[in-house]
Amino acid sequence: MKIFNYRLVIFILSIIFGIVFSIPSFLQTETGKKISLGLDLQGGLHMLLGVKTDEAVTSKIKSIATSVKYFADDEEILIEDLGIKDDNVVFTVLDKDELPRVDKMLDNIKGLNITKEGLDYKISLSNEEELRTKDLAVAQAVETIRNRLDQFGLAEPNVIRQGKTDIVVELPGIKTVADEKAARELISKPANLELMAVDEERADQVYNLTKYQAAQYGDVILEDTSNPQIKYLVKEIPILNGSQVIDAKVAFDQSNQPIINFTLNSSGARIFGDFTGKNVGKRLAVVLDGKVYSAPNIRERIGGGSGQISGGFSTVEAGNVAIALRSGALPASVELLEKRSVGPSLGADSIQASMIALISGFLVVFIFMIIYYRNAGIIANVALVSNIFIIISVMAMFGATLTLPGMAGIVLTVGMAVDANVIISERIRELLRSGMSIPKAVENGYANAMSAILDANITTILVAVILYAYGTGPIKGFAVTISIGILASMLTAILGTHGIYEALMPKMSKDKNLNKWFGIK
Amino acid sequence: MEIFKSEKIYDFMGKRIPFLGVSAVLIIASIFLLATKGLNFGIDFAGGTIVQVKYEQKAPIDKIREVLKDTEYKGSSITEFGTPQEVVIRITGSSSNLKNDISDTMHKLLDPTGSFEIRRVDMVGPKVGGELREKGIMALSLALIVILIYVSFRFEWRFAVASILALAHDITIAMGAISLFSVEVNLDILAAILTILGYSLNDTIIVFDRIREGIQTSKETELNSVVNESVSRTLSRTTLTSLTTFFVVVTLFAFGGEIIHGFAFTMLVGIIVGTYSSIFIAASFLVQLKFSIASFREKEAEKLKRKKEKEKIRAMYEKGTV
Repeated sequence: MKIFNYRLVIFILSIIFGIVFSIPSFLQTETGKKISLGLDLQGGLHMLLGVKTDEAVTSKIKSIATSVKYFADDEEILIEDLGIKDDNVVFTVLDKDELPRVDKMLDNIKGLNITKEGLDYKISLSNEEELRTKDLAVAQAVETIRNRLDQFGLAEPNVIRQGKTDIVVELPGIKTVADEKAARELISKPANLELMAVDEERADQVYNLTKYQAAQYGDVILEDTSNPQIKYLVKEIPILNGSQVIDAKVAFDQSNQPIINFTLNSSGARIFGDFTGKNVGKRLAVVLDGKVYSAPNIRERIGGGSGQISGGFSTVEAGNVAIALRSGALPASVELLEKRSVGPSLGADSIQASMIALISGFLVVFIFMIIYYRNAGIIANVALVSNIFIIISVMAMFGATLTLPGMAGIVLTVGMAVDANVIISERIRELLRSGMSIPKAVENGYANAMSAILDANITTILVAVILYAYGTGPIKGFAVTISIGILASMLTAILGTHGIYEALMPKMSKDKNLNKWFGIK
Repeated sequence: MEIFKSEKIYDFMGKRIPFLGVSAVLIIASIFLLATKGLNFGIDFAGGTIVQVKYEQKAPIDKIREVLKDTEYKGSSITEFGTPQEVVIRITGSSSNLKNDISDTMHKLLDPTGSFEIRRVDMVGPKVGGELREKGIMALSLALIVILIYVSFRFEWRFAVASILALAHDITIAMGAISLFSVEVNLDILAAILTILGYSLNDTIIVFDRIREGIQTSKETELNSVVNESVSRTLSRTTLTSLTTFFVVVTLFAFGGEIIHGFAFTMLVGIIVGTYSSIFIAASFLVQLKFSIASFREKEAEKLKRKKEKEKIRAMYEKGTV
């Protein structure tokens, strides 16, 4: 009888595979695919953010109003009462002859519902456009947050969209409370830059007006960023918004205070130039996230499309605002739905505790199997050890993440992986007792045990698949380790041990010592 | 080494009524507990915030209470966690404000209580909690349905019903224990429950597989004897596997740290109950359901006959003699 049979060859190959591909994970080498540790093990910040998509719709409406205003100013069409009412842009055209030109302009904007009554226009978004805007807002928020975190220099930020409105953010690099705070601020900053015209006609009434009265004039009241007592009355429809910002950098003014220089794209530059040209002497409010940073007088036409935001930043703050501006505004604000932060020391403790559990559990099973089954136990243990290598290497290859429940999953598979071998060994013992020869008992033992092992493993895998489909984060990790563990145990415990028995068969048949080989008298 | 004498057949089915009685008592007690005491839902399902703080010295719980008394967190519960140095502060409700997060506030508030490190802050909003609960129930029921279909397909419907009943038995008792010991029910407990499901099913199926084999190979017509023989023959394996898994989970319970405690505890209960049910209970359901060996054999024979006929036709077809 030859020593190498196909089962043994496959088994040996899979052991080699297991050892080779798990080396990077065990030794933490520079190269090679490693198993990545979940946030619960290495420490870090996990957040689930909800995007307030309704806000994106509102801001889209606002930007339509801005384009209407710019168009009317540019083409010298007289309109009045331009404003926003319940997510509708409303305005009235003064000259009936201009209607075709206004209609033509509106035709160029897609996804609008336009109702016209005489000279009065009422514009809202169509249903599809509203859905599209919401969807785009989430996609853009993902992109923006990813950009910001990248530029902030955090290690491997992970930003993934989840479902219709949610975003998962994972930051393994977070080590300190200050880091966490900075990251949260960076994520939550809408960075919505608006350039707005101060309503010079009524500016001095600002302290006597209510919000509602201001709205009647098409104005809003905004606070100064450094002193909330100071208020500005500005036109509700902004001249420009942050979507036209293409770059932002920190610079320092004459008194060495940090300021932010921003650059507009070409259409933004044109609008900015036109507006400043026509409004020399009036004030322009630089508004960031609803707060006025400065409201300088326009001294001359500003061409070239660059401007600056000054207003008592600290250097760090200015840097973060610049990053936020550069990477784009959040189209809608985000709220925190779920947050899990694990300090690095806790993660290290968890790894240590579960390693102790893993090793001690493993040892107990290992020793027990040898005492109980003698050589058959050793064979089962070979399968057990290779099983662990294969789990680690497969997880590393697929880039799976090892979490605390995942660790528990591995510990559990250690317990369950011996099961297949116990079933098989028990069957073999049974047949040996009934007087069967060793080769026949081994062969039939495997055959008899097979259907039970298959049924048992398939049902467990089915449960794992459901866990994976309905679980989140750590539970998914658990399902993955269990599934891989079961598949690996089928390979090692059924195929592998069978191969070893076949190779040892000549020796066993000659020896005929049942106690030594199978632990029975 | 051997634990059970393999030749010995134990009369499990003869004593099934007392065992079923014990189970019935346990189940009724569990349901009673669940109905009156209920489950202690953690923040994963109920929403809320927990802050885990580790002090360099023994955690000054009274001082923390004192400090939080005059704040909006006065209703929060403060308990020791694992070691005397560590505490967990549980706060109902959650802040959805990214900028002014609870961890910043806590840091400031706890500052006078000593030198500490905030090791973990988990905050789950009410919307997420509800979703997780829904998904958990969904996962559990789906798992049961899939198992029902699979076992019916591989065995017979009575086997499927009996195994589902055995599972319900195990899970109800495990949940009763969770309620009794006020274990905090979080996602990991759900994972443990689902693992018990898979594990206990494992055990049951291996026994059932043996019963099916017994029906097909022996000439015995008495179901009770077939079941007794099958359960006795698998006894060694059932106890061995349970023992090895038990060892592993015990070490997890002992050394796994506070965080894995609930998981390990649930698994421990599950393994004990699961082993008990697959030896003493699962097959009893089969007997109670009036499973008939004769008709099962008939059906199997029918299946075999059809298979043979198909093969015959195929053979004829391949030889071209049709």
